[in-house]
Amino acid sequence: MAQATSPPEARDDAPARRYSVDAAGLGRLRAGAFVAPALALITVFLVFPALWVIYLGLMNYRLTGVEAVNPKIVGADNFIKAISDPAFWDSTWLTFQFVLGSAVIGQVVLGFSIAWMLRDRRGTLKSVVEGLVILAWILPGAVVAFLWVALLDRDSGTLNALLGIPGFPWLLDHPMLSIIIFNTWRGTAFSMMLYGAALGNVPPSHLESARLAGASGWQQLRDVVFPHIRGHILTNLLLISLWTFNDFSPFLLTAGGPDGKSEVLAVHVYKVALQGGDLGYGAAISTIILLINLVVAVFYLRLLRSKK
Amino acid sequence: MGLHKRPVAVVAALAISGLGLVACGESSGSGDTIELTIAQNAIAGGKNARSAGHLADWVIPKFVEAQKAKGKDVTVKFVPSGVDDEQYKTKLSLDLKSGKGADVIDIDGIWAGEFAEAGYIKPLADVVGPEAESWDGWAQIPEAVQGLATYNDKKYALPVGTDGRVLYFNKTLFGKAGLPADWQPKSWQEVLDAGAKLKSSGVPVPIQINAGTAMGEATSMQGVLPLLAGAGGELQRDSKWIGAAQPLKDALGLYQKIYGGGLGDPKLQQEAKGRDKSFQQFAEGKIGILMEGDYFWRGVVNPTDGVAKMADRDEVVGYTKIPAMEPGKGVRGQDFVSMSGGALRTVNPNSKHPKEAFELLAFTLSPEALKEETKDGNVRITPRTDVNKEILAGQPLLTYISDEVLPLTAFRPPVAVYPQVSAALQEATAAVVSGKTPDEAAADYQRKLEGIVGGAGNIAS
Repeated sequence: MAQATSPPEARDDAPARRYSVDAAGLGRLRAGAFVAPALALITVFLVFPALWVIYLGLMNYRLTGVEAVNPKIVGADNFIKAISDPAFWDSTWLTFQFVLGSAVIGQVVLGFSIAWMLRDRRGTLKSVVEGLVILAWILPGAVVAFLWVALLDRDSGTLNALLGIPGFPWLLDHPMLSIIIFNTWRGTAFSMMLYGAALGNVPPSHLESARLAGASGWQQLRDVVFPHIRGHILTNLLLISLWTFNDFSPFLLTAGGPDGKSEVLAVHVYKVALQGGDLGYGAAISTIILLINLVVAVFYLRLLRSKK
Repeated sequence: MGLHKRPVAVVAALAISGLGLVACGESSGSGDTIELTIAQNAIAGGKNARSAGHLADWVIPKFVEAQKAKGKDVTVKFVPSGVDDEQYKTKLSLDLKSGKGADVIDIDGIWAGEFAEAGYIKPLADVVGPEAESWDGWAQIPEAVQGLATYNDKKYALPVGTDGRVLYFNKTLFGKAGLPADWQPKSWQEVLDAGAKLKSSGVPVPIQINAGTAMGEATSMQGVLPLLAGAGGELQRDSKWIGAAQPLKDALGLYQKIYGGGLGDPKLQQEAKGRDKSFQQFAEGKIGILMEGDYFWRGVVNPTDGVAKMADRDEVVGYTKIPAMEPGKGVRGQDFVSMSGGALRTVNPNSKHPKEAFELLAFTLSPEALKEETKDGNVRITPRTDVNKEILAGQPLLTYISDEVLPLTAFRPPVAVYPQVSAALQEATAAVVSGKTPDEAAADYQRKLEGIVGGAGNIAS
């Protein structure tokens, strides 16, 4: 996974401008030539599909049947159908719970706690803990899903055998809790590594001074550590919120069930568009998801840019 | 958590190298060899393993040999799948949509309408030529079974077979509950009474009638549609759809009695793998009565290669016709009801060698291929009466279905929107199983139906 682990620091642009607008001395044309391939790729693989999805969302396009060959423009019907459909709002609410529970609370808190507890440690314990957490992250999704189904199955699941409560239907009675815990377990590694790196940037002398001044553990965190890693926290929240929002792996555990009780938006779109064959309506929902993603991204980016 | 946000450049590079590979792959076919592929939802060691084995070990070598004798160099590749029918359908329609897919494909008969409307399958006469119409097998296939492969009066495929539905019951559990081994209920009440007796004798799941959306079309075919027929109802009459009428409320009412009254396991209807689990539980002697098709006998509890083998199947598993709500109250005034469907096999319109593909298709449905496929306890009802006469002798269940059940069976409306209507019906059963009243669920169904079939004008009042 080639993710950027260094956050775009909320830095002032003013000093850079003081030196030169064209530091590399390329000139407008050559600079443009360097950027062109990247822009072309972004256009082909991001901008065009996004526009195409908006276009499909305006049609009654289906996977099969006569509308597969002769789709008609139906205007905003699909969008109106989506926002007046309780199933769509249920899915949106479930997605919100999923992001809040597994990403914002689960992964961030657990990832930071592990990073904080291991910050000064060396040796086997650290390697083992980090190794296990990262293993959960790098295993293929299908393998992981199979392991969790084997763990949570109501008739022959490992968890029920350990707890001595055979027949307790975790995935049916607590589908959201199950996928939130699953996703916390699955994704904590990223936050842990990011915070681990960030904590290394907190000058030990500051912590030392705080300790000498008699600051408690919590006070050190609040007044010394958090201000230093604020950018890391926001970047991490931005990334994992968006990933979790669009995550499809809950499907592998619960298939959105029972009766849609764990049907997050990504699963909802899959069911509507591919299982139900309603590609136009699925595209309309995808467009709404795109808009929600943009709002989330803008919210975090504004926080990042705002003065400390 | 989606770890999928690789930098755009990496994705693009992968995509471009992928395109390069595809291009290489397509140019490597040599001139003289005809390459054919055949796809089914069957896989060695999994779903429909016998069909997969039959294709790989008998059909393909024999066909290649026969073609070689005619001086043609043909290779045939089998493309297996082993997934739920809904997933197989999604994959297949995406393949066909993008102009790809195997040369010979299996589809469920009920998809024919929507696939034909989308242009994914075409009339055989257009794809293959006149030899499809003059195929000698047609004379052996009954009218009703030919109807499965016909859409707008044109033949789109060859039928692979047909099936029927019965109530299976566990004779051992029946004995313990003091019920007869030659049980034949004449009304729904008698089924419920038997369920109550099974329950008091300690059977965990007395009655299993498929419900809910997780089981997909199995809920319709082995659940709500036979019940609807038993209450004298139909989905569609004289090209008008039928909404929240009394028969549907009666059918949903039976669900309420079974799942609200503790005679069935409502959780089983919600689980992602609920139907597979119901097979397992029946084989383990935890389910008393189960509504299923003949596939259950052939492919599930089959002692040699079922997915939930029962070594003592022939002694323990009883079967009986599905009763109407009350005698004479079923569809067409019948005392007993069933539903039938059947698979189809056709030539992909995108095939580069449609003539040879049709020869392969016809070969799989030749008497010798069907006899080979159905030998050693793998008997099913084939489309050909000449073959059925021979192979069904000595097969009590299949003879029973062929003689007793098929004459009173019913088919689903062969129209493109049926799968959407079916999904709405499944949602209605799910609502009842999780506590709604039949009236509410029926009203919801009516509302969805109006959206699907294009307004209240297409619904009989």
